[in-house]
Amino acid sequence: MLAFDKEYFNIGFLDTLSYKHSFVHSLDPRIKLLTTLAFILCVVSFPKYEVFQIIPFFFFPVFILSAGNIPLKFILKKLLVVSPFVLFVGVFNPVFDTEAIYSLNGFVISKGWVSLLSIMIRFILTVSAAFLLIATTSFMGLCLALERMKVPKVFVVQLLFLYRYLFVLAGETMRLIRAVNMRAFDRKNLSIKLFVSITGTLFMKTIERSERIYQAMCSRGFDGEIRLLKRYKINFTDTVFALATITVFIILRKYDITNMLGRALG
Amino acid sequence: MHMSDALLSPAVGSIFWAGSLGIITYCARKLKDHLNGSLVPLMGVIGAFIFAAQMINFTIPGTGSSGHLGGGMILAILLGHYAALITMASVLTVQCLFFADGGLLALGCNIWNLGVYPCFIVYPLIYRPLVRSGSSPKRIATASVLSALIGLQLGSFSVVLETLLSGRSELPFNTFILLMQPVHLAIGLVEGFVTAGVINFVKAARPEILESVLSARPLSADISIRKLLIILLVAAILTGGALSWFSSSNPDGLEWSIEKVFGKPELPEQENMIASALKAVQEKLMFLPDYDFPSNKIDNSSASDKDSSFVDPGTSVSGLVGSFMVLGIIFIFGFGIKVFKKSRG
Repeated sequence: MLAFDKEYFNIGFLDTLSYKHSFVHSLDPRIKLLTTLAFILCVVSFPKYEVFQIIPFFFFPVFILSAGNIPLKFILKKLLVVSPFVLFVGVFNPVFDTEAIYSLNGFVISKGWVSLLSIMIRFILTVSAAFLLIATTSFMGLCLALERMKVPKVFVVQLLFLYRYLFVLAGETMRLIRAVNMRAFDRKNLSIKLFVSITGTLFMKTIERSERIYQAMCSRGFDGEIRLLKRYKINFTDTVFALATITVFIILRKYDITNMLGRALG
Repeated sequence: MHMSDALLSPAVGSIFWAGSLGIITYCARKLKDHLNGSLVPLMGVIGAFIFAAQMINFTIPGTGSSGHLGGGMILAILLGHYAALITMASVLTVQCLFFADGGLLALGCNIWNLGVYPCFIVYPLIYRPLVRSGSSPKRIATASVLSALIGLQLGSFSVVLETLLSGRSELPFNTFILLMQPVHLAIGLVEGFVTAGVINFVKAARPEILESVLSARPLSADISIRKLLIILLVAAILTGGALSWFSSSNPDGLEWSIEKVFGKPELPEQENMIASALKAVQEKLMFLPDYDFPSNKIDNSSASDKDSSFVDPGTSVSGLVGSFMVLGIIFIFGFGIKVFKKSRG
């Protein structure tokens, strides 16, 4: 059950990281969201057997990481908890795709292994980009960015509410689980029956809480509309950053820098 | 169960993004029409509840492995479908950012697989017809298990389709289906028992919560069969459009899967027209209008003759040397920024 505490503290840690001060943190959330999406689209758009040409794309996460003062260890640890699903699907590629593609000094590599490697590189790049986005942008900022990008207000408000109460409820859950653990000796996991009654209790507490929150909101003049304080403005630095990174993405996507470098040196 | 960026192609990812965003907008508009103030904090806090509950692991009986809650069905039953979809989408968004479950591009797929199916297909078509306001706990339990089972089957089938359409995996359609569906049958069963347990717990403790959902949003007034058909039609067009789009741009990779689905290697003509119309809309909506770079298309067309022969050894050596060089440069670049920042600070 330590897993719960760990996940809970991880969210908190990502949250604290996002309030640091650095060049990356000061960029407009919309710009960061757009460049991250452009980055992911570029990485994902490579053909199946591409490995070498994707590698230069590591520049983007490395830049955000070092310019944003994000501890490398934290991101690496997160990456190690590889989504089992990706590995599960990817691992079949070498099994079904045995045709040879490269040969190095008689050592033949099949296409399946190359596409598996490609999937894993894509995985590292896209996941680290998503983590670095949230580690350098406050969730509040991201929600405001979404609102400005014309995502329905109800959804944005929902995200803000969810995030606001996530820590409260996760804290409550953690206490519930600790209490169970204290009484359960070294049983490792909850049984379904116990899980159901814990979530049921949690749900009751949740409902009561939401009623209190609603009353508190009403007494402060809530009229069904949530007004957001907007302070973000896209300035010159933001525009330059966006143009520069997206230009680099397009160049790296169009030209095989890796092979050019390799040929020039080899 | 979560779809992942690494297995997606940009086209499939964007199609499902557009679909999910469309449904969110539709729900938001619907909710705005009859939004009573108390629903706002309720949805927010219940979203946080589902998020917290998903973090608790429980033992799956008989296997010793552990699982966690999905929650789509619970939300639909407790909140009704519009509010449930918005809430589920928000849970998945936060999950995608803080746990990197899937990734940003795959978020559209995940909202579709885990939100749209339980809230818009299973809930109105299976759960609501079975459960009335006076239903017994047993009936609720049966309906919940059935709903969760079907919802997860639809979701996992959708994951298979998305993966195959993206063409990054080599898994044949039949094998993939045989791997995914039975696993999700088991997961669905567990999810169903948990859903039934929680719903009946709520019914016993605070019956008025369930009653209000059941009475406030009757099926006939809220979601007409016509609207449902339109939603199903849109879903069909989205999938069909994606299928035909890929049959033209990636002929060798997916012909067989289309053959399995439609019984013949090529799709009917009109579906291709829909696809091209979709593509035009898609290009207008994209942040990067030309994300499908020209070099990519050349690669695809010459893929068959390129793949059949060895890539000459020179290319692979220069590729390897180049990769190490590039990684070295990136490392120095990152390190340089750190040193530069330190010297300034």
